Amino acid sequence: MMTPFLACVLAIIAKDLRAEFRSRELLSVMALFALLSVLVFSFALELDREARAEAVSGVLWVTLIFASLLGLNRSLAQESDQGNLDALLLAPVSRSAIFAGKFAGNALFTGAVGLALLPLMTVLYNINMVAPGVIVTTVVGTVGLCSIGTLLATMTAQTRAREALLPIALLPVALPFLLTAVRATKGALNGAPEWQVWLQLLAGITVIYVVLCLLLYGYVVEE
Amino acid sequence: MDSDAIIEVNRLSKAYGLLPVLRGVDFSIDRGEWVLLFGANGSGKSTLLRLLSGLSKPSAGRIRIGGWELPREAMAVRAQCGLVAHRPLLYENLTAAENLDFFGKLYGLAADERAQRGRDLLRQAGLAKSAERIVRTFSRGMKQRLSIARATLHQPEILLLDEPYSGLDQAACQNLDEMLAVAQEAGRTILLSTHQLSRAPAAAGRALVLSGGRIAYDGASDPGNLAELYVEAAGATSL
Amino acid sequence: MPKHVELDASPQPTLLRALTLLTGLGFLATLYLGLFVAGTDIQQGEIQRIFYIHMPSFFGAFTAFGATVVGGMLYLARKQAAWDRIALAGAEVGLAFALINLLTGAVWARPIWNTWWTWDPRLTSAAVMCLIYAAYLMLRAGIDDSNQKRNFMSVYGIFAFVSVLTTLFIIRIVPETIHPVIVGASPQNAQGSFEATSGVFMALAPSMLLWLTLMPATLIWHRYRLETRREALERLKFQALGD
Repeated sequence: MMTPFLACVLAIIAKDLRAEFRSRELLSVMALFALLSVLVFSFALELDREARAEAVSGVLWVTLIFASLLGLNRSLAQESDQGNLDALLLAPVSRSAIFAGKFAGNALFTGAVGLALLPLMTVLYNINMVAPGVIVTTVVGTVGLCSIGTLLATMTAQTRAREALLPIALLPVALPFLLTAVRATKGALNGAPEWQVWLQLLAGITVIYVVLCLLLYGYVVEE
Repeated sequence: MDSDAIIEVNRLSKAYGLLPVLRGVDFSIDRGEWVLLFGANGSGKSTLLRLLSGLSKPSAGRIRIGGWELPREAMAVRAQCGLVAHRPLLYENLTAAENLDFFGKLYGLAADERAQRGRDLLRQAGLAKSAERIVRTFSRGMKQRLSIARATLHQPEILLLDEPYSGLDQAACQNLDEMLAVAQEAGRTILLSTHQLSRAPAAAGRALVLSGGRIAYDGASDPGNLAELYVEAAGATSL
Repeated sequence: MPKHVELDASPQPTLLRALTLLTGLGFLATLYLGLFVAGTDIQQGEIQRIFYIHMPSFFGAFTAFGATVVGGMLYLARKQAAWDRIALAGAEVGLAFALINLLTGAVWARPIWNTWWTWDPRLTSAAVMCLIYAAYLMLRAGIDDSNQKRNFMSVYGIFAFVSVLTTLFIIRIVPETIHPVIVGASPQNAQGSFEATSGVFMALAPSMLLWLTLMPATLIWHRYRLETRREALERLKFQALGD
């Protein structure tokens, strides 16, 4: 009687991808913001060579976290503006499948922006960011960020002042991702051996958050 | 117990925060009936339909649909209900065919089944030529018809419609009535809410009047008698 | 016809009065122990005494935040508004404790580290803790529908706590702190350590016990009662407007 989990997740991902390829609403806004942010940082910090290596991982993650906020707001507004979240909830699918679908879509878009930033920053900051360690960290970090981000955006999309509330709600609880991801990125850039420990920590926190989100999403959409 | 009843509602109450919307609603609807739900704006029609479709949980009282208890067995109820809400519940950036295909997947239909039913429903809705057009470009009437196609895609036993006539012109209303007649012939139970008595389709045999969160009238939808009752119950000055 | 609405005017339960009295006396007693009984630290002098509030308030905050998590989970399971009130009370009391911890720390750091504030990992994590619960209260204020508010905040309370715990955990494995560790070995470069003698423990243990149990329990109970009345008042206002 219940539609299988995976079928539902794949249907939502395919739907979001198709709508996005047609309108490019999300990716264009996120990518343009990320580009501007990286440029503004490079002017504002006027970094010398040494300071650049220190700051560049911070620039990457601050840019990504704000870009993801833009994308998350839009992605969930698409569902709540036309009342389409109701249409998803009317179907005989588990709430965690709806979460997994929206989450996977958001992680794909944010991850794409994150990976596109790496070569760009390599050129702008003259540091090779297209390294396996940085790529893996970017992917894992975005996945973690988008899990809690999707859950909170679903919450705030149902409130009056959603654009304003999402950053306030998300930034403090996303801090564990920021702390570990920045250190893993920095370590991977410097060739410090402990970056793998930070990456493992980041992966561990991501698993905890994803599991909690899957368990708790149903409460965020019930009326 | 009436063995034919497909919707049974007992002492149903719902409050949003402090605001009581339904205050003890009782009625039952038999399989295959077409029932009209009248009420002024804010009388609780939408809330009642949201509760019946399992979107919202009752504050008190019980709902049984097709023998399943809400909200405990909501998953089973969802597979049996189709809701046409105020808003079309369609994705504006997808085409009509893509919308139906997506919802077909959510209801667990196989690929060939989705394609077949999608084609049939689009033809019934008079949208066969617009199947590949993006929904954003549709008129209100076209969206409404596609919305009904979406709600009947999984061939639900029960069709719930919330103010389906609002914003439709005369021709679109007629087209809607034809679609509903087809649904009724197929044996579906229909509950349709509206605040306009004049729009009431003649095919419906029974009417409920909702006023102040309670059922004020439950009986034949004989228009002459009903108009007075409705004015009295809803306090409406004009119809 | 105006409807009469019962406003809960019941007096405080005897147990709550007893708890309040006990907490008040306990607070005075631990102050006395900390200010007069415990010996003066040879290196730091009188300022070291602030530690008898600084550390217990930090741990007390966890009792309160724990109430927010437990209250939230029980609300989600049972849907009784009372559990949500406990969760709210826990967040507010915990935030107050965390702020006490932060302020006393700053007062101590001024003479010892020669600065009110540094971006030491431990200080950062304490600040983060305050910010998370400030965000909790702000998010709460932004949601109109009361059922939705309770659901959302129960979920957010769980994530807030997980976030605090993971942040603390991450911070703990960073070695570059100058914050002294009183129980257990201080880091190599810790500044402002002092010896935990039996005198220190005699003043610390009762204070710790008080801040971990009686203090949060009493304050949460009072705040819970206040919230119950505030909600009753809302109902009353609503009915008055409706009539």
